[in-house]
Amino acid sequence: MLARDEDILKAAEDWKKAGRGVALATVVETWGSAPRPVGSNLVIDNEGNFLGSVSGGCVEGAVVTEAIDVIESGKPKTLEFGVADETAWKVGLSCGGKIRVFVEKVE
Amino acid sequence: MRLDILRTLNEERAARRSVVVVTNQDSGAQRLVRAADVAGDPLKSLLEKRIRLAKSGIEETPEGKVFLTVHVPSPKLVITGAVHISQALAPMGQLLGYDVTIVDPRTAFASIERFPDVKVIAEWPDVALPAVGIDHYTAFVALTHDPKIDDPGLTVALKSDCFYIGALGSRKTHARRVERLKAERGFTDNDIGRIHSPIGLDIGAVSPSEIAVAIIGEITQRLREEPA
Repeated sequence: MLARDEDILKAAEDWKKAGRGVALATVVETWGSAPRPVGSNLVIDNEGNFLGSVSGGCVEGAVVTEAIDVIESGKPKTLEFGVADETAWKVGLSCGGKIRVFVEKVE
Repeated sequence: MRLDILRTLNEERAARRSVVVVTNQDSGAQRLVRAADVAGDPLKSLLEKRIRLAKSGIEETPEGKVFLTVHVPSPKLVITGAVHISQALAPMGQLLGYDVTIVDPRTAFASIERFPDVKVIAEWPDVALPAVGIDHYTAFVALTHDPKIDDPGLTVALKSDCFYIGALGSRKTHARRVERLKAERGFTDNDIGRIHSPIGLDIGAVSPSEIAVAIIGEITQRLREEPA
């Protein structure tokens, strides 16, 4: 897991240096049985390419969409997903887990 | 995150040093604290604890609500002696996330058949260990009972700042070892005090696997517990 996180942050740096718009998403809080631990990263570019995981695949789609906004606006966002959230329910966070994800632009 | 913070973060991680990124949840302000700079940081005790536990998370602090992203290198477990206990200890270490290396110059012991999924180096410890890299996030364990193999390994470990050193042997064996390390290799009582011997937690372990449990338990304790 550590090695993979390392690659993700290295990718964030490399993508940025290559001139791409880049955002970094980080799991900052979890409740219940969340699939990925606090500190897990997802890196996203302005074309929607991404690497890493904040939820084991459950909410990545939504995070990527929000991240593209963050790259455009430059303003960080905090997103919350849980059982009450329809998207999360549909894609599998139905185990009672809830996660909060901080999305920031790399600049 | 600023690119310079990200760059430093990646440099520190590549060098196997701990680092924490402190992000203010309200202002978005962000700074990076290297392990070496923690002692001078306003959040010192909080950062020390977080690094020891390798745990990211949110904290209420005098500077507001902050998110601490903690990056700690994955630990290594280095063993001299491709012995019976090692056959149990190595997979246990791997299960706990350690990068495990066994060093034993005796090729009959250090065979791939005995250790199918572990990095085994059939070489003398003083030759092999510099390349393995005994750093702060390393636990070193000497298990051969043979001073010719264990002593050079312990010498490398004692000269490093690794977080755990353990050596197998009875009190009598250890007393002789201590004498040798002092007389032949110039170590002080302070240095010697870093060696855990008898090795492992006192849980009445009998079989090689149980001794491995005692050792991995003691290593975990040293890794996670607040130093006295």
